[in-house]
Amino acid sequence: MTLLETEAVTVRFGGVVALHEVCLQVQSGEIFAIVGPNGAGKSTLFNLVSRFLDPDTGDIRFEGRSLLAQPPSAIAGLGIARTFQNIELFDHASVLQNLLIGRHTSRRASLPAQLLFLPSVRREEIAHREAVEQVIDFLELQPYRERMIAGLPYGIRKVVELGRALATGPKLVLLDEPASGLSVEETRDMGFWIRDLRDRMGITVVMVEHDMNLVSAISDRVLALSEGRVVVTGPPELVQSHPEVVSAYLGDAPEAVK
Amino acid sequence: MRFRFKEHYDQDIRLFADLADGLRYGSLLLGAVLLPFVLDDFLLGEATSVVIWAIAGMGLMLLTGHAGQVSLGHAAFLALGCYVNAILMNSFGLPFPLAFLLAGVISGLCGVAVAIPALRLHGLYLAIATLALSMLTEDIIVLAEPWTGGVIGLTAPTPEIAGLVIDRYAAPDLFYWLCLGVAVLVTLGYRNLLRSPLGRAFIAIRDSEISAQAAGISLARTKAAAFGLSCMVTGWAGALMGHFFYSFNHEVFTIILSIQLLLMIVIGGLGSIHGAWYGAVIVGLIPQAINLVRDAVGTVAVPGLETSLFSVLIVLFVLYEPHGLHGRLTKWKVWLDLFPFCRRDMFRRQKSYLRTERFR
Amino acid sequence: MEILQLTVSGLANGCIYGLIALGFVLIYKATEQVNFAQGDMMMLGAFLAVGLGNADWLGMPFLVACAGAVAGMAAVGWSMERLVLRRIFGQSQVTVVILTIALGFVLRFVAGLVWGHEPLSLENPLAGSNARFAGLVLGLDEVAVIVVTLLLTGLLFVFFNRSRLGIAMQASSQNQLAAYYMGIPVRRIHGLTWALAGAIAAIAGILFATKGSIDPSAGLLGIKAFAAAVIGGFGSLPGALLGGLLVGLSEPFAARFIAAGYSQIIPYALLIVVLLLRPQGLFSQVMGKKV
Repeated sequence: MTLLETEAVTVRFGGVVALHEVCLQVQSGEIFAIVGPNGAGKSTLFNLVSRFLDPDTGDIRFEGRSLLAQPPSAIAGLGIARTFQNIELFDHASVLQNLLIGRHTSRRASLPAQLLFLPSVRREEIAHREAVEQVIDFLELQPYRERMIAGLPYGIRKVVELGRALATGPKLVLLDEPASGLSVEETRDMGFWIRDLRDRMGITVVMVEHDMNLVSAISDRVLALSEGRVVVTGPPELVQSHPEVVSAYLGDAPEAVK
Repeated sequence: MRFRFKEHYDQDIRLFADLADGLRYGSLLLGAVLLPFVLDDFLLGEATSVVIWAIAGMGLMLLTGHAGQVSLGHAAFLALGCYVNAILMNSFGLPFPLAFLLAGVISGLCGVAVAIPALRLHGLYLAIATLALSMLTEDIIVLAEPWTGGVIGLTAPTPEIAGLVIDRYAAPDLFYWLCLGVAVLVTLGYRNLLRSPLGRAFIAIRDSEISAQAAGISLARTKAAAFGLSCMVTGWAGALMGHFFYSFNHEVFTIILSIQLLLMIVIGGLGSIHGAWYGAVIVGLIPQAINLVRDAVGTVAVPGLETSLFSVLIVLFVLYEPHGLHGRLTKWKVWLDLFPFCRRDMFRRQKSYLRTERFR
Repeated sequence: MEILQLTVSGLANGCIYGLIALGFVLIYKATEQVNFAQGDMMMLGAFLAVGLGNADWLGMPFLVACAGAVAGMAAVGWSMERLVLRRIFGQSQVTVVILTIALGFVLRFVAGLVWGHEPLSLENPLAGSNARFAGLVLGLDEVAVIVVTLLLTGLLFVFFNRSRLGIAMQASSQNQLAAYYMGIPVRRIHGLTWALAGAIAAIAGILFATKGSIDPSAGLLGIKAFAAAVIGGFGSLPGALLGGLLVGLSEPFAARFIAAGYSQIIPYALLIVVLLLRPQGLFSQVMGKKV
């Protein structure tokens, strides 16, 4: 079943064409990677799905419904969570609070009930805590539960951001460079987690990533973008050896590589 | 150092962390309730003023400290609450409890109305817009003479709750308890909010609007709620202020009042309920401290000394303790708890470089 | 004729607002700090000139007193940056706003302590003399205000767009870290900018005190000038002056044609309208943040 699909989306910034008639289809339960050199339009694609940007033409559909009429804040509620390339956490709050903010879409209590902290609100809060605790267990964040984000090392923040995305209870997560800036060990852990969240939680993953080892190790299909156009879509081995992909990454000297 | 072992989620959620914590705040409240039996009428008046400042401070803290929306115009909402309360009682003959409640609600609704255009403004620009709002308020009060009495101003009638006459001069203890009661209720509501989803949404839009949206938080609704609640509380503080001053005109609610309110919560420590209270206590203590020194040294009054001392305090806090008095006290507490194992660099601030805010 | 008279007095007032606004924008352009004490610096500059020049005080010649005040305020501006603002280098704009508001209060207190709270006027050679121009009687002081302001704006505009230092100032405001890496002495530039803003504030103060009288609370005028700066678009020097003129012109006309009470309201109403229609001022420089 097709979960996420873009139909010939084009985005222009002034005179620059960031995306040109990009079509992609992400199947439910797959790990889908998007690769491409800097400026290829990978993050733009994510920002379209998050509704931070409007496409000039084309359509984006999630579970068969168009997203274009939705405001950015409605996307999480539909089951799409994301992380950011330059971590965007709530710096002056604890890890726990950050993850709890991820539960925002499943809140029920009315404003007066919250002001009075009625028993129903307490029950709801405890339910949120339980859900968050599962994420903490899964990502092994226990030692950092009460720590402020501002004092955490980079690698941990990356994991917390993944945790916040998971706390929303998504069907699809968009991971923007999940391994950038991570050490080799951290990257390996991240790879395991990404695979686990598909295998154990049934969450579909779309990720933008530069680390080709990680991409080929865990992804089912890869889409290569270059200058806003789709170069090729297919299994990692195919994409990695595609001459246009190689030249886009390494410049025009494909003879030696072949 | 005591370590709290956690066995239930409720331990993070409940009002007080443990029994000792509850006892501490309980005894503090008891002390505050018993204050009228210890202080003379003048000092009790000062204490009342501290409590009213604390309510106003909590109103602004909610907006600025937690939701991250800086307002340099909260005197406008103090004025609104003050005038609406007095007008409802004077001209419409409403009983005090109803007029008081409505004063807060109307201020809150006006706050929501301000939030809608304010959605488009960030940081500095919001501060400027609210500054203009505060400047306008003074003139509007003068121009709206049929309602506000213009430059002559209004007098607030004596409040009465269920036959109990709360005269600010004849029964200062009753008036103090009234203010304290409101302050305690506001504090509880504030605390409840902070452990609920909406309070977390405030923190989220303060720290990163973009990822708050990605987490499903609507900026418009959350900001409107922050403005609404903040202005409601500020309106209540204004209504009490009206009764406290007895008579008032536009000169009470100047831009200076707005600025003082903001500076007060900065001194107290942004982002905590404690901060609003500490700030109010400092504001209340400065004139007393000056009086003490003046009596001891025997000099004449120097105009503007209070504001200036207050400003010097602000400068020192911003430079040396950006987290305000609350931050400083928390650090001392940690230091004592860990003694003698506290390292110097534990509280070191990270060096920050400013990237232009022209891009956001 | 009355319209012309109103225009000239409005322009003269507007020039003062414009000059204070220039100070704001100058500091903002170069350091991305917003100096809410600019109005109070203007006030202090005026008092320095009074203290040096007036017969009751030191009684120096007018021009010497002016030069002294300008130099003195440059020193005040420089030391404010050196002693206070440098320490919060890189923190958010709102922190700077709070800090400079507090510094403004301190300056006001100092001025009140030294010069008292009674309004004082700066004795000057232009006082009371008029220029007759095509049947129009203009106060020379008002003409001087307009001329000096125009000259100063032109000089600053050339400085920012042509000189190496001016361009370095702009660069350092856009990305402090990058400017630092490019070998621009960011800190020294900040100090110089504040000194320059202090000098401009002193000139505005001198013009203000020549035209009318000065007291410690005159610094509140800074808020109006601030409105002018925003209306003109923060970050644009000619914009600041235009905003100042617009605010200055609006006041006498509102007082004349609507009602006296409304002249106070106009600048702020204008400000709110501009903020709502074009949230970043008339000459916007804000762009979307990249994620």
